[in-house]
Amino acid sequence: MPRAASTTRPTPKRVRIPREMVDGSIWNSEVTQVLLALDGRPRVRRQRAAEFRTAQLPSIFSYPLATVRSIQMDSSDQLTFEVSNLRVVRNGNEILKSISFHAVPGELIGLLGPSGSGKSTLMRSLLGVQAITGGSARIMESIAGSPLLRGRLGYMAQSSAVYLDLTVEENIRYFAGVLTQPLSEVARVIDVVALTSFSHRLVSSLSGGERARVSLGVALLGSPPALILDEPTVGLDPILRRDLWRTFESLARTGATVIVSSHVMDEAARCARLLLLREGTLLFDGTPASLLAASEATGYDQAFERLIEGRQ
Amino acid sequence: MSLRRTLLTTRRILEQLRHDPRTLALLLLVPTALVGLLAWSLTNQPGAFNSVGPKLLGVFPLIVMFLVTSVITLRERTVGTLERLFTLPLTKADFVAGYAIAFGALALVQSLLVSVLSYTWYGLAHQGVPWRISVVALCAGLLGTAFGLALSAVAHTEFQAVQFMPAFILPQLLLCGLVIPVSQLPSVLRAVADVLPMTAAVHAITPLQSNEYYVGQFAIMLAYVFAALVVGAGTLRRVTK
Repeated sequence: MPRAASTTRPTPKRVRIPREMVDGSIWNSEVTQVLLALDGRPRVRRQRAAEFRTAQLPSIFSYPLATVRSIQMDSSDQLTFEVSNLRVVRNGNEILKSISFHAVPGELIGLLGPSGSGKSTLMRSLLGVQAITGGSARIMESIAGSPLLRGRLGYMAQSSAVYLDLTVEENIRYFAGVLTQPLSEVARVIDVVALTSFSHRLVSSLSGGERARVSLGVALLGSPPALILDEPTVGLDPILRRDLWRTFESLARTGATVIVSSHVMDEAARCARLLLLREGTLLFDGTPASLLAASEATGYDQAFERLIEGRQ
Repeated sequence: MSLRRTLLTTRRILEQLRHDPRTLALLLLVPTALVGLLAWSLTNQPGAFNSVGPKLLGVFPLIVMFLVTSVITLRERTVGTLERLFTLPLTKADFVAGYAIAFGALALVQSLLVSVLSYTWYGLAHQGVPWRISVVALCAGLLGTAFGLALSAVAHTEFQAVQFMPAFILPQLLLCGLVIPVSQLPSVLRAVADVLPMTAAVHAITPLQSNEYYVGQFAIMLAYVFAALVVGAGTLRRVTK
């Protein structure tokens, strides 16, 4: 079992170097880490370098980007997600083919791709509820699925995954109890997802968007350091969608690593970093602006098309 | 395993049932009404209800609890709450025990209701200790719950879960001694029937046996309950292949 094997692998100590020291002008284009191996010799690992032009930075990015960046430098030097050569084969189908990426605290990452591209499988692999065929996924220094991670990863599945025959408050209270969170946390979370006036309504009587907010509320319990949100905004009206994205941005600002999947390319503009997935392969990892720049496209749909064409 | 998380789960399941009064009423009243119907249908045959009635007190709760438990737990899987719980610090034992306690409490209420009505309104006159029949009804309810939990892990849809009922319950119904006394079965079937949980329920109701005999039959039923709960917890999968 590859998962079991990686528990015994010696973990090199990671020291994050603030990006400014690497290249003052480049944001999120080059992640350089010094890996101190067990022999004490530093090894430098460089990852994807992508083009970045400040002039093309849309105004919408300026605030969250700047904040996220400062947090990344301040907060801990551990990686939230460390995925290398992750491969998942289910029923003989290769759903994920060698996925690798790293994420640090405070990043808001959009996982985009058409339906069937493997987004949910990737998210479920990180959560440890999907068996991994090859490669590894480490979350906050633990192997995906480790009991240490239970309750430290907020998860919102595509299905609402709450009890329809309980009220909003009863749902949140049960999950808060399982997480050993105080009752004050129940009220806080219901307030964050703006369901206070619905707290005594049965979830079955709520609309799809309201149910999604109950589910998000459960994911937010205890302010977990990492959140995995699978298409949280699907089928929601634009106002609600905007509000939810503001919530995700503020979560990232407080230091959480947030991965949000979507099959709507327009949502790309909301993220500080994009992972584009197609047929189980990562096509792109970088900022929205660098995606547009690299593909010389005017919109995200077009950029995605060009990326695919470029591959073929 | 944590007692706190188990009891939280129990409370959550009972809250769910509180919001679904129709299910709750069906659960408690259907076995009671069925035994009443039987008593009524046998009014022209003196003594018949006294011999058949007690046996069915063990069979009806088993069937009802089996169906309800297997469908409700399967719903956790299809709605996605089970997957969510598996990303939280809740063990499989907490989950299964939470269900067993919640439905065990229901089975207790159900068995008291059935046996009290049988002895009063339905006119059951039975030799031996009356509480014995309540205990059998309770054990049968627990058996149904435990097997429902175990089999819901195998079923992929609620449709399949419902079909486990004829596959799992009806053979026991044929062999447990209700249709033909176990002693008159062909030797192979008798060997099988002797170890079936429903046979133990029917045996435990047979009048005028020694106390050791009854304790032995209860022990068989409780062993099945425990084994089915362990299997139920064991077949739950945190990780999808």
